Amino acid sequence: MQRRVIFNGTALPLLLLAPQLAVTAVFFLWPAGVAVYQSVLQQDAWGLRTEFVGLRNFAEVFADPDWRAAAWNTALFSAAVAGLAMGAALVLAVQADKSIRGARAYRTLLIWPYAVAPAVAAVLWLFLFHPSIGLIGRALNANGIPWDTRLNGGQAMALVVLAAAWKQVSYNFIFFLAGLQAIPKSVLEAAAIDGARPVRRFWTVVFPLLSPTTFFLLVVNLVYAFFDTFGTIHALTGGGPGKATETLIYKAYVEGVQNTNLGSSAAQSVILMVIVVALTMVQFRFVERRVHY
Amino acid sequence: MATLELSGVEKSFGATPVLHGIDLRVAEGEMIVVVGASGCGKSTLLRIVAGLEEPTAGRVRIGGRDVTALEPADRDVAMVFQNYALYPHMTVERNMAYGLRIRGLPKAEIARRVGEAAELLGIGALLGRRPRQLSGGQRQRVAMGRAIVREPALFLFDEPLSNLDARLRVQMRAEIRRLQRRLGVTSLFVTHDQTEAMTLGDRLVVMHAGHAAQVATPMEIWARPANTFVAGFIGSPSMNLLEAQLAEEGRAALLRAGPSLRFADGARPGPAGRRLLVGVRPEHLRPVAEGEGGAPLDVSLELAEPLGSESVLHGRLASGEAVTARVPGLVAGVEGALRLSIQASEAHVFDAETGARLDAVG
Repeated sequence: MQRRVIFNGTALPLLLLAPQLAVTAVFFLWPAGVAVYQSVLQQDAWGLRTEFVGLRNFAEVFADPDWRAAAWNTALFSAAVAGLAMGAALVLAVQADKSIRGARAYRTLLIWPYAVAPAVAAVLWLFLFHPSIGLIGRALNANGIPWDTRLNGGQAMALVVLAAAWKQVSYNFIFFLAGLQAIPKSVLEAAAIDGARPVRRFWTVVFPLLSPTTFFLLVVNLVYAFFDTFGTIHALTGGGPGKATETLIYKAYVEGVQNTNLGSSAAQSVILMVIVVALTMVQFRFVERRVHY
Repeated sequence: MATLELSGVEKSFGATPVLHGIDLRVAEGEMIVVVGASGCGKSTLLRIVAGLEEPTAGRVRIGGRDVTALEPADRDVAMVFQNYALYPHMTVERNMAYGLRIRGLPKAEIARRVGEAAELLGIGALLGRRPRQLSGGQRQRVAMGRAIVREPALFLFDEPLSNLDARLRVQMRAEIRRLQRRLGVTSLFVTHDQTEAMTLGDRLVVMHAGHAAQVATPMEIWARPANTFVAGFIGSPSMNLLEAQLAEEGRAALLRAGPSLRFADGARPGPAGRRLLVGVRPEHLRPVAEGEGGAPLDVSLELAEPLGSESVLHGRLASGEAVTARVPGLVAGVEGALRLSIQASEAHVFDAETGARLDAVG
């Protein structure tokens, strides 16, 4: 059912839309426009001379082995974060769906990490896994496992994945729990009477019925891992050691802010923008066509 | 096909008792209908038989085997749910085959059974569809089909007709009865609808507040209700229950409304003045014809509901008690006085304290 309100004239509707339009213009359209403009320009190191170079910035970015390494890191990082965050959230949601006593407290506790700022969360993980002062880091070293995220790239990657995934578990948990609770109890009972044991019931009935939620979360998690993990990486490893944890978004920052290569940084930002627009379009098409059982 | 035996089945949710010791023996191929108002524990009883709830006390035996501690999967029962509970993401064919695939039956056998059931239910053309593309009646058939293909020891029906519209309900009711007879599967059918109960059951279990108020054939429940609850629950409109006292050495009831009704079949036990309730079905209250026996009742008419071939009259006795009568033909006048009579052979006598039926002694 749709309720339509009919306005006389265009002044009032425009006024009502103005705040949203202003926010979109100032924080998206303008910077995005500047990025696109910058991406076809090249400046000297002191910003004195600017010349139009067409698509040369893009060509250089694609040819840059460092950028390719960052792209590979991003793919690895995103897949790991999405997989870990969704897997953990699903397990927790299934447990929360079962539990009766203390369910409320359990749910509240699980939702908390989402409210923690990325940098704060990163510091928390940094302290836990610090090789010389961290609780877990020291325990690992004491037990003969050489652990130092400042030296070992693989370990650094594992740490940022863990920290980034941890923050996203809450969000996924809420959606999975809602999805689980939307499955009619009688359908599960019918499956039980039909002879399906709990594990079989989960994979043949529960999981397929959760697939719309799972797909939605997959896109959201990928977008999160691509774009919203800058703070976590910046605080934990700063992209290092070497460039082991440098993702595309981090590289765009390093290129523009540290190396002041604005043209290249802008080109990388535009590439990222294309990726996020593509993901959003997939999401929107899916939401429109979403199958309601 | 198997027998079902419940002995002393009790159930409490926390401190709230829901079932107070149900005993029931269902013969092979028998259709038992459990009927009662909502909240009487009938669905809980069915869920205990299915294994979806655990009884607090008592045993459940299917085909002589004690299944009380077994999972639903191990009980060899099939259930048709009120909301059908079809698997939304599977086609009709997959829905019906699900239980068989889990049991690892050969593909050819599954196809044969699904095909036969689909044929039987007239849903052969729907096998490729999803549940949301089906109407209520079609979903109902698929749910039945899913139960039939399993060839279980026991069919359980949890108010399967209450989500259908009135016409479809009557049609499906007859169809379920035909199928059950044809397949000969022992069945337990839960409903709150007395018409469904009367037409479907070989025997009925009338449930009231966690007790089985009466277990008997529909005709016996109709003709000899075991207590005032059953008397009032079965029959529409409800049986009139008139206050009375035992009189004439137990041979008659003195109605509070005035007249005395001499029992047709002999004396009831108890001292004179024992408080009774005399039950008379609305259709057994007839306008007095000349030279007819029975106790006459003077009724001041308050409302007449013409139903076409008959009319339902609502009135009040001299004692202030409300009575309902069902008389043939149309009654035009809405107000006025009317004299109706009770035939002693059609009166039911109950104890006013316990509500239990009082039969003639000796």
